[in-house]
Amino acid sequence: MTPLLQVKSLTKMYGPRIGCKDVNFDLYPGEVMGIVGESGSGKSTLLNAMAGHHPPDRGEVVFDTRADGPRDTLQMSEPERRMLGRTDWAFVHQHARDGLRMSVSAGGNIGERLMAVGGRHYGDIRAQAADWLGRVEISDARIDDRPSAFSGGMQQRLQIARNLVTGPRLVFMDEPTGGLDVSVQARLLDLLRSLVREMGLSAIIVTHDLAVVRLLADRLMVMKDGHVVESGLTDQVLDDPQHAYTQLLVSSVLQV
Amino acid sequence: MIELNNVSKSFTLHNQGSAVIPVMERVNLAVSAGECIGLVGASGAGKSTLMRLIYGNYLAAAGEVKVGGLDVAQAEPRQIIALRRETLGYVSQFLRVVPRVPALDVVAEPLLAVGSPVDAARDKAASLLAELNIPERLWSLSPTTFSGGEQQRVNIARGFAYDYPALLLDEPTASLDAKNRATVLRLIEGAKARGAAIIGIFHDEAARDQVCDSSIDVSAFSPQAAA
Repeated sequence: MTPLLQVKSLTKMYGPRIGCKDVNFDLYPGEVMGIVGESGSGKSTLLNAMAGHHPPDRGEVVFDTRADGPRDTLQMSEPERRMLGRTDWAFVHQHARDGLRMSVSAGGNIGERLMAVGGRHYGDIRAQAADWLGRVEISDARIDDRPSAFSGGMQQRLQIARNLVTGPRLVFMDEPTGGLDVSVQARLLDLLRSLVREMGLSAIIVTHDLAVVRLLADRLMVMKDGHVVESGLTDQVLDDPQHAYTQLLVSSVLQV
Repeated sequence: MIELNNVSKSFTLHNQGSAVIPVMERVNLAVSAGECIGLVGASGAGKSTLMRLIYGNYLAAAGEVKVGGLDVAQAEPRQIIALRRETLGYVSQFLRVVPRVPALDVVAEPLLAVGSPVDAARDKAASLLAELNIPERLWSLSPTTFSGGEQQRVNIARGFAYDYPALLLDEPTASLDAKNRATVLRLIEGAKARGAAIIGIFHDEAARDQVCDSSIDVSAFSPQAAA
């Protein structure tokens, strides 16, 4: 089986400081990988470097494209990368405001992605938008409301709907449940899990919440100071951590 | 089906002066299809540790842990994930679920993961929950709100929903009443009859005698015993 994504010695420097250094991994179709580490450990930098938001200094991000098979996305032309970003890739931001157009209606936010890939029939676009609002548990009576009138949890769910409507194969998520209260977070986790299973998505989830990765991720990568210090099966890394930093991280979790 | 060769396990506590605690040495055991082996030994002897080594939850320090031909000690995460989906089931002592997911879906999930149609998976889950005496009015609720015994029965139902060729059972009959205990033992015997290789931990000696073909004393693997 061809990996969906192959990351090879990816490095991003901020001047003399390390953002992330020599990161290597393969992600296979249907896999969900978590990246954990304390703030400043380079996990968001890595995510943004992979997604092409910040060009990395070195390395390769090879994606198995539908048309031409594995290609290094960092060598792609800008239009190709933009096309990838709105079809097979999706990026869920920590702050829903960064991933939504706040002055456009909820339906318009979802419809925009569809139009970007060639959807032109207004009725179809609206029907799909309504369908996706239902899937993320937002009443379709709110389809013409602006996201600025939504609660934080609803905005986050709208952002997920907007990202998944085009049926991407790889989703990058930056703290998707950060800043949400626990009941909303539980609902979102359930939603994400069923979407991953039903659509066969692969996902890379950056979070500092170990409980979230235990429930969502098959695999885990632990980062510290820009380096990957440990990786493996999620429950193995959490239950039998090998590296000193991971042991510290796991033993620091508060029991509820 | 399950075969361990010269497996050893130690824990290194980096944050406590890098203390190395050896817990097991030279573990050798084999379980073939249709066989059930009971692990015995005092509390803390390493029964659950051994089970976690087989499930890939703990990383073996040395040796081979073969389940259905795959060496769990060396395998890639995705191989272990596939193994757990298709070959190796594990009923732990604790139920770990996403909050808000109904008990029926929790039980049906292993079947959905191998691609069963939703209706068939739900039917199987419903019959297992009924067999284990979980009242039907609870099926649509999340098991996080259930009593300890109910959670355990949901966990057992989940472990038997899909016909795994190999099963690990960590105290499946603890804290169950006589009727449910009999049901669980019947499920285990059914799994044996269809050819599952089973490793179980039973503190309940009568249960162990009923379903296990032989027992292994885990304290024989402790490093102190060798010294």
